[in-house]
Amino acid sequence: MQLDNLYQEVILDHYKNPQHKKLNPVYDAQVHHINPSCGDEITLNVSLDAGMVKEVSWDGVGCSISQASASILTDLLIGKSLAQAQEISDAFMQLMQSKGTESGNADLLEDAVALAGVSQYPARIKCALLGWMAFKDASVQALAKNS
Amino acid sequence: MSFNASVSAQDFPILTRKIRDDKRLVYLDSGATSQKPHVVIDAQSNFYRMQNAAAHRGAHQLAEEATDALENARQIVANFLNAHHDEVVFTKSATESLNLVAYAMGNAEKGNRFHLTAGDGIVVTEMEHHANLIPWQQLAARTGATLSWFEVTPEGRLDLSNIAQVITDKTKVVALTHQSNVLGTIIPLQEIVKRAHEVGAVVVLDACQSVPHMPVDVKALDIDFLAFSGHKTVGPTGIGIFWGRRELLAELPPFLTGGSMIENVTMTGATWAPAPKKFEPGVPSMAQAVGLGAALTYLTDIGMNNIHEHELSLTKYLLKEFEAIEGLTVIGPRDMNMRGGSVSFTVGDIHPHDVGQYLDSQGIAVRTGHHCAWPLARKMGVPASTRASFYLYNTQDDLDALVTGIRGAQKYFG
Repeated sequence: MQLDNLYQEVILDHYKNPQHKKLNPVYDAQVHHINPSCGDEITLNVSLDAGMVKEVSWDGVGCSISQASASILTDLLIGKSLAQAQEISDAFMQLMQSKGTESGNADLLEDAVALAGVSQYPARIKCALLGWMAFKDASVQALAKNS
Repeated sequence: MSFNASVSAQDFPILTRKIRDDKRLVYLDSGATSQKPHVVIDAQSNFYRMQNAAAHRGAHQLAEEATDALENARQIVANFLNAHHDEVVFTKSATESLNLVAYAMGNAEKGNRFHLTAGDGIVVTEMEHHANLIPWQQLAARTGATLSWFEVTPEGRLDLSNIAQVITDKTKVVALTHQSNVLGTIIPLQEIVKRAHEVGAVVVLDACQSVPHMPVDVKALDIDFLAFSGHKTVGPTGIGIFWGRRELLAELPPFLTGGSMIENVTMTGATWAPAPKKFEPGVPSMAQAVGLGAALTYLTDIGMNNIHEHELSLTKYLLKEFEAIEGLTVIGPRDMNMRGGSVSFTVGDIHPHDVGQYLDSQGIAVRTGHHCAWPLARKMGVPASTRASFYLYNTQDDLDALVTGIRGAQKYFG
């Protein structure tokens, strides 16, 4: 079924067992992002340490795509340098805007390539980006705070 | 009764489309926008093909014909609502209609009955669509008036137990929906209108979800203003209706200003044309008005009572079917008392987006999210829901497809 391109097993796994979905009370920056078209919400905490993404934790309500994407993000970005995190985020954004023409660099994006199918469903791209936009916002704030 | 939904469905070309891997289109999103019959599509394109000119301007035959077409459409709308010709204002959307009345009230100067100041009250309900909430929030913010509201019960009904405390001597406006776009609830309008008029307030009715689906007679309802949208009544997008009582439209200041809404203009000021022109600056949406006229004629020929009865029988059937689906919760009234053809629901823990996406893969079009009524979603304790909304072209087969689709989604995400 065409739908299986969208809901890959990896996505459903992350949706059912979301990673780092418990807000750590200690953080450098906390952001709250909303998808106004559907009401999905995420709160995301980031801690940095010497240019590294030390910790990302989050909580929120939303569809399987938004929840899985946030979960995958935490697995992917924790422990990376900010520069690497930026590179991964940019690659993910590009994949989401590819309208199904790209499958994504698995070395760089790991589990996140499972979200490639989302790019064929324009209404769902915002769902997949919710956590990533929150991370982008929080990391900028955390960096500003630490400098 | 000669009405047959399967026969009516043949009037709508889009319903022959195939969706997602050659599935039959099951369109259950008429609460968002309705599909269009051939007669509407033809009326609009024939206007462009043969009669297009700027109505109420120009000294030529086409301008005359365009004017006649526009005013004929206005008469059709007036007849449809049991209103007078000069009480019907064409706008671009119901949203614009509601903003029109709210902004126009904000323009009212001291001495005008619509003038609002601190101490005056505006009343809405918790089940409003954002289009009938935010304009009033904004009007309250601009004038200092107080915004208050009727709450919604867990069953999805308006709580009128404190009606005398909500609508008070201070209340100037009561703005509310006739039928909730989320819950399907039809509100007890009579009691509210009675109380509003007792205290001298005007009643603004958001009839977007009622005018397309049931007979609405503005005189019988005894309301003061009404808004509905063309595209939800099998008509075109880009056209909305604002209706107001003749004597109230005479006193209401204009909202948008410009060409053709004037009586006289100098370099320092202007005076206004009588309604409806006072509220129709610029070249009107003529083709859309003509299309709307064709739409209302089409609905009238079928009979609004027939359409309403048909939708009620579909709703009753679906509510019964839903009882058998484990984990499915209906958001809104579960009985048929004062209820229209719009059913919102959640399916266990499956997010409505995912339900909607699965249904889409089966060719079934529904709405998901907060349905532009976010405060209501919060009140009902569901961040989002899935909504199936019906119209004259829907059949029991469509609902059976929906039920099968929901069971499929449960299996897929289970």
